Amino acid sequence: MSQVVEAPVEVPQRAPDDDPVEDRPWIVIVWNDPINLMSYVTLVLQQLFGYSRSKATRLMLQVHNEGKAVVSSGTREKAELDVSLLHAHGLWATMQQD
Amino acid sequence: MPRGIQAQKDGTYKVELPEEERDVLASLPGQLREALEAGEPTLYRLFPPAHADDDEANEDYEHLVGPGLVDGKLLALAELERSAHATRLDEKQLGAWLGALESLRLVLGTQLGVQEESYPALDRADPDAPRLALYYWLSWLQEEVVGALSERLPDEPAGRDAAEP
Repeated sequence: MSQVVEAPVEVPQRAPDDDPVEDRPWIVIVWNDPINLMSYVTLVLQQLFGYSRSKATRLMLQVHNEGKAVVSSGTREKAELDVSLLHAHGLWATMQQD
Repeated sequence: MPRGIQAQKDGTYKVELPEEERDVLASLPGQLREALEAGEPTLYRLFPPAHADDDEANEDYEHLVGPGLVDGKLLALAELERSAHATRLDEKQLGAWLGALESLRLVLGTQLGVQEESYPALDRADPDAPRLALYYWLSWLQEEVVGALSERLPDEPAGRDAAEP
């Protein structure tokens, strides 16, 4: 499979003192595993998050090639819901504060 | 006889599989259900931790989400068991097949210690060969289900694409 080169994502910088820990968003990460089919991971990302086929495929390839990808972000509650949906579909997902 | 799963114009899915393969399919959910009830350690792959390094948060998560995850997997397995011999499935049933095949592959793949994403040729002298063959077959069937369900999904969902993560 050909290597997909990801453009670096620009992260807006904020001053540390107006960035209390509670306000930082949570991110949901899907990790690569040797069992899940690539086509299956793409389908699950489309079904759960309503992503287009091309976006879901891009994220799946990032998981495959780089070992992990951030697939969603938001409040702690949203991240927990997203992780539980991914777990319900057998994907290896974790959440952490960005 | 053609083998596989095809999306039909009426919204259902046509399932073409030999009877003996359907018998195997019908027998697998019961085995996994027993393993789930016995709490076998190879099932850990079905219930990953939500936090990479926060045991307390993981306990909370498991407490909150764990029972629902088990129920969902058991429901999917029951549907596969019920409809293993059906020649037509609706979208919901095929979705359950997808989930059940996923659980079966995760557990079998973990038990076999699958580390490679490739599928090496079977070695008949290998005592794991029969289970490896079962794993390959489940992979083929899951690929068929994914293909049939993907056909129905639009390439670009209208207005639903979320912002970049």
